[in-house]
Amino acid sequence: MNKIAFTTSGKDFAAQMDPRFGRAANFLIYDIEHNSLQIMDNKEGRDASQGAGIQAAETVVRAGVDTLVTGHCGPKAFKVLDASGVAVYNCTAATVEEALAGLLAGTLQPASASDVEGHW
Amino acid sequence: MTVKGIKKAVRIAVASGKGGTGKTMVSLNLAAMFGRPVQLADCDVEEPNINLFLRCAQLEKSDVTMQIPEVDASRCTGCGACGEICQFHGIVSLGARALVFPELCHGCGGCMRTCPSGAITERPHSIGQVAVGQQGHVRLVEGRLEVGVSLVPPVIRAVREQLLDDMPAILDAPPGTSCPVVATLRESDYVLLVTDPTPFGLHDLKLAVATARQLDLPCAVIVNRAGEDQVGLYHYCRTEKLPVLLSLPDDRQIAEVTSRGDLIAHALPEYGLMFAELAEKLKLELRASGGLL
Amino acid sequence: MKKDTIRELVVLSGKGGTGKTSITASFAVLAEHAVLADCDVDAADLHLLLTPHVEQRHDFFSGREAIIDPLECTGCGLCLDVCRFDALRTNGTDYWVDPVGCEGCGVCVRFCAAKAIDFPERQCGEWMQSTTRCGPMVHAHLGVAAENSGKLVATVREQALKLAVDRQFPLIISDGPPGIGCPVIASLSGVSLALVITEPSLSGLHDLQRVLALARHFSVPTVVCVNKWNINPRLAERIEAAALSAGAAITGRIRYDRAVTQAQLQRKAVVEMDAAVADDIRLVWQQISQML
Repeated sequence: MNKIAFTTSGKDFAAQMDPRFGRAANFLIYDIEHNSLQIMDNKEGRDASQGAGIQAAETVVRAGVDTLVTGHCGPKAFKVLDASGVAVYNCTAATVEEALAGLLAGTLQPASASDVEGHW
Repeated sequence: MTVKGIKKAVRIAVASGKGGTGKTMVSLNLAAMFGRPVQLADCDVEEPNINLFLRCAQLEKSDVTMQIPEVDASRCTGCGACGEICQFHGIVSLGARALVFPELCHGCGGCMRTCPSGAITERPHSIGQVAVGQQGHVRLVEGRLEVGVSLVPPVIRAVREQLLDDMPAILDAPPGTSCPVVATLRESDYVLLVTDPTPFGLHDLKLAVATARQLDLPCAVIVNRAGEDQVGLYHYCRTEKLPVLLSLPDDRQIAEVTSRGDLIAHALPEYGLMFAELAEKLKLELRASGGLL
Repeated sequence: MKKDTIRELVVLSGKGGTGKTSITASFAVLAEHAVLADCDVDAADLHLLLTPHVEQRHDFFSGREAIIDPLECTGCGLCLDVCRFDALRTNGTDYWVDPVGCEGCGVCVRFCAAKAIDFPERQCGEWMQSTTRCGPMVHAHLGVAAENSGKLVATVREQALKLAVDRQFPLIISDGPPGIGCPVIASLSGVSLALVITEPSLSGLHDLQRVLALARHFSVPTVVCVNKWNINPRLAERIEAAALSAGAAITGRIRYDRAVTQAQLQRKAVVEMDAAVADDIRLVWQQISQML
């Protein structure tokens, strides 16, 4: 675990988690090693007519992320993330801060398959 | 209408801007009273209903497939060219092996063409079914989309491929004005638009007329549930030079006969006559617009 | 209002013309504080009953389309060979793309040796944010012969959700498209409750079963209501039995009544009329609102 992506509607650790993955507003990417933070707009995912999850998965994989924390991840996105070696964690935390705390404390379980149908 | 010098029999689409105007009822009754062998194509592949009424004893079914890519893992270098050309996220390659998502593929073949290492071949993927049957003088061709699949036009194209060139055809179109309707109208020579004299009916008729005209197709109107015209439907048709070929009254018997799956042309003789007349008028209209019957 | 506490009701029909829009408009009148979304973008009719005042208009783009630049085209004909959608046209010397047939796959663009094919975004329609006597409304208009109503439906829903969050509305009521294809999937996924309005005919029964299968596929709780039930009471019973065995709940019945057409003519929702059918709809709404 080195580079972690969170789906969020805001731009910092205090921001709300966005439970969607494919059509999430932003990805907040936290680099543990360098203790740095990066915000990526998920414009391509939101604008995709179909396959938003796949588009979003491409975006985070290209950003070098190895861990994803989100609300729900559909089957197609999961397939891409899994094939690219990204660990997926689903959580119900309200904010990014809470989600990160949960992840570091080891209370989040890694998903072994997608938890929702597509088009979520 | 002329393909390689061979003249094809006419194809008449029955369409409407909105659903529930009686499109399927008109198609069926027109086919029943057509007076000669005719094909009836159910292009409403999301909700095909024609055979609920026609009840063909036997249907010859075949799968509708689309060519989708298959990746040979041993040859894939993970270069990503396939994912780059794909506009639909049907194939993704991120350094590892390319992944295919059949539900999103439109079957354009771009990835196979562009793959520099020849790792992509194609295989058929089922997206629906086409069934062919016969009931009296009516030859049915029905398309049916698999539930959960969203690619309607290829199934409609598969219906077209099952139509015989030398027999006239009535195409029952899906409702609306978007891709599935256009896919049906593109196969037609003439459009019958079914509407009713309500605000919804007139509004949606205007959309349907615009669609037909965009495709340069001559069209005529059939008014269903023609009670008092409080919306100016007939005035609109006159102004737009749209012939009204049939007005069916707002008769509860029509709804009742249709709801139990019967044809009014058979159950209620006066309507049988009206549809026979419609078939005659159509022949004149088609001759006037240069078509053949 | 936080996103995850907002409830979303979609009204579907499978078959068209079952009275979905008239019933949705009535719910809009009966519900307090709901955002309305017309997801039947192909034949949007809700505005005819709710006479919205448009506040914002936005162009809607989806996908791309190939356009040949005649000045650059060398007439080699390769585009015609690579297109699988029968969208390329030629008269022997000139080549052009039939915009109606173009799937937007970009294969001709990629392989054109002269780089003579442009691939701009395609404008497919517009969406609007409006006010009505029943609250805010998001609706859309798909261009004639335009494609991808699914994405437009997703846009309408997204904007409706945004409005609900901004204005603290706990409920979204959307008028869904007919059928079971891509726009229906886009209107159904992730909603709190789907209400399927059907009618007592064999077509109604058949289409209901297909739309229920779709709702099950997306794990959406579903209730069914038979409209115009008295046209064929026996079939209405059969339809309700079929709905129950498919795992849906039944919520009241609505009678056949000419007042529905009269309401349309007066640009009113049925419950704004003095008619027996209005009481039927009120009862259905009572049950639905308890499920939300």
